[in-house]
Amino acid sequence: MRIGVLALQGAFAEHIAILRQLEVEAMPIRLPQELKNLDGLIIPGGESTSIGKLMLDYQFRDEIGTLAQHELPVWGTCAGMILLAGKNQHASPEPLGVMAITVRRNAFGRQRESFVTELAIPVLGEKPFPGVFIRAPLIESANRNVEILARLDNAGVAARQGKLLATAFHPELTNDFRFHQYFIDIIAGRR
Amino acid sequence: METGTWKVKTGLAQMLKGGVIMDVVSAEQAKIAEAAGACAVMALERVPADIRAAGGVARMADPTVIEAIMKTVSIPVMAKCRIGHFVEAQALEALGVDYIDESEVLTPADESHHVWKHDFKIPFVCGCRDLGEALRRIGEGAAMIRTKGEAGTGNIVEAVRHMRAVTDGIRQLAETPKDELMTKAKELGAPFELVVEVHNTGKLPVVNFAAGGVATPADAALMMQLGADGVFVGSGIFKSKNPEVMAKAIVKATTHFKDPKIIAEVSKNLGEAMPGLDIKQIPTEELLAPRGW
Repeated sequence: MRIGVLALQGAFAEHIAILRQLEVEAMPIRLPQELKNLDGLIIPGGESTSIGKLMLDYQFRDEIGTLAQHELPVWGTCAGMILLAGKNQHASPEPLGVMAITVRRNAFGRQRESFVTELAIPVLGEKPFPGVFIRAPLIESANRNVEILARLDNAGVAARQGKLLATAFHPELTNDFRFHQYFIDIIAGRR
Repeated sequence: METGTWKVKTGLAQMLKGGVIMDVVSAEQAKIAEAAGACAVMALERVPADIRAAGGVARMADPTVIEAIMKTVSIPVMAKCRIGHFVEAQALEALGVDYIDESEVLTPADESHHVWKHDFKIPFVCGCRDLGEALRRIGEGAAMIRTKGEAGTGNIVEAVRHMRAVTDGIRQLAETPKDELMTKAKELGAPFELVVEVHNTGKLPVVNFAAGGVATPADAALMMQLGADGVFVGSGIFKSKNPEVMAKAIVKATTHFKDPKIIAEVSKNLGEAMPGLDIKQIPTEELLAPRGW
């Protein structure tokens, strides 16, 4: 299994390190031609405007949109979730529009309001998941075909639509690999 | 729900990796930086080259300038306080900036002590010239480190020196036998626990950017190849002939730092870079990097 991690800006090395610990082949993706022959793609946390601009400049947008339509499993964390969304409440960055969710950037405030909390995520089992929220977005609304996997004060913070996955928080900053395993299971067709 | 934890402080720095943090002195400049793909901006009253030229005492920027920039852009906004000036830091925290740079570019307020950064909810970034200095700052609570370089010169030589010194220090520690680590901690003037951590992991416990002298896309890529997690560009953008083009080119070179073809491509037709200064021509008392310890 080969999983690419978009490496334009942000915390891509953290995702790659966890995937390798889970014994999956993982590689950084800096150019669209490197998207070939992947079984899955992660768009990491970082600054969504920076990643969005570089995606535009290096013709990633259509490529990733097409791959997602052809059922390539894609997971976006934080900035990655903003980029996967159908709409975001800010005009910028223009999202890829592959997931039927509307997100709000910096929904909890600035860095002073960044926080950690325990999340109940039923698909990962009973044990709470460590949620690291850094200038995080949230899901304002979602189509009926989107499954909300976790909530915080009623707002969606993790969602799945077919083989697409989005989290407002950063599993790559924790030692709990269950979300990465869940994504691997989606790719393998086990979930 | 817990705010201001070590995890969220160091975590924001992790999100900035592979990116360019640009010095800006106005909301207009901040917009240009954001549009070029900056991952954060540093809100200032003057860029380092102008601070150097103006002389006198350089202080925290006017909060009006910082707030105008915070209102204009959606990316993180950083601001500088003087070394040891914990009240400037408190004021910046009250403004709600996303990161505080306790910076040698401003005139130090305390020549013996840095700010005790663990007391703040806002994370700090601090400059260093070698591993010992980096670990002392982390010990005081810095959640991100940058090599100092020599700000406002457009000359990369000091940034290279400091990055190599940090990397060399890490390499040496990794190879040091356990029973010699305490002596190493004494020599480095660094907290023992952090010395042990670097020995065990072979890397710094926080993100490390390069700063002080980056003036071209190739400079940025050089620092990345030397092991920086990202770059700060101070005067290099808005003191160049064509800031928008230069800013975009430096962003691309930072992402594609291992791709010489892209670096060559983005280096074309940039117009003049900022005027550079030979470090040897600067009187010793005007050097910024030796400020702090």
